[in-house]
Amino acid sequence: MEVLYFAWVRERIGLPRETVETGAETVRQLIDELRSREARYEAAFADLSALRVALDQELSDFDATLSGVREVAFFPPMTGG
Amino acid sequence: MRISVQREPFDLGAEADSFARGATDMGAVVTFTGVVRDAPGGGLRAMEIEHYPGMTEKAIRTIAEEAQARWSLGDVLVIHRYGSLVPGERIMMVATAAPHRKDAFEAAEYLMDYLKSRAPFWKKEIGAGEAGWVAAKDEDEAALDRW
Repeated sequence: MEVLYFAWVRERIGLPRETVETGAETVRQLIDELRSREARYEAAFADLSALRVALDQELSDFDATLSGVREVAFFPPMTGG
Repeated sequence: MRISVQREPFDLGAEADSFARGATDMGAVVTFTGVVRDAPGGGLRAMEIEHYPGMTEKAIRTIAEEAQARWSLGDVLVIHRYGSLVPGERIMMVATAAPHRKDAFEAAEYLMDYLKSRAPFWKKEIGAGEAGWVAAKDEDEAALDRW
């Protein structure tokens, strides 16, 4: 699946998007997988209360299932307007 | 309904002038414009606005459709810019048209409250020597509760 990062999440991880091969069933499992990869992922996902997630461009939550999901995005709380 | 997520500046006068023009049953038109505010005492060189292409347009459309479902609106316009902006530049505008002003004002406030916290934009302030992401405010999240 495609995993996208925005704002400081993108800066900490060092790339805007990547293709991830994963067997994770939920967002939380995907995060655990990413965190175990490298320090920069650990740094980006250290505080989940500072993060939001969108699944196929709809806001979702960390316990949501990834079944059928093609695009996951992680970002801080939005600051539009 | 028109939604535009764009890098280019927009012409506020022309947009306001053409919005809901000719809709003779619309007695009230409200426009709101968001402007890049300088840091207290100056010092903001630029505001960089990042967004999530694809989701941004969908999220704004969902918000605007909800506004149309809640209030009697003749038309809705949302323009939101991204990219690098300087203090004094217009970031965004919303316009609402309704038969009566209460609906137009309330719908415009609703749109603004939701655009702040539910449209995937992120702002980074670039100062003389430092740069930092603008943190979301608790009060902006709390503002959604009144709807």
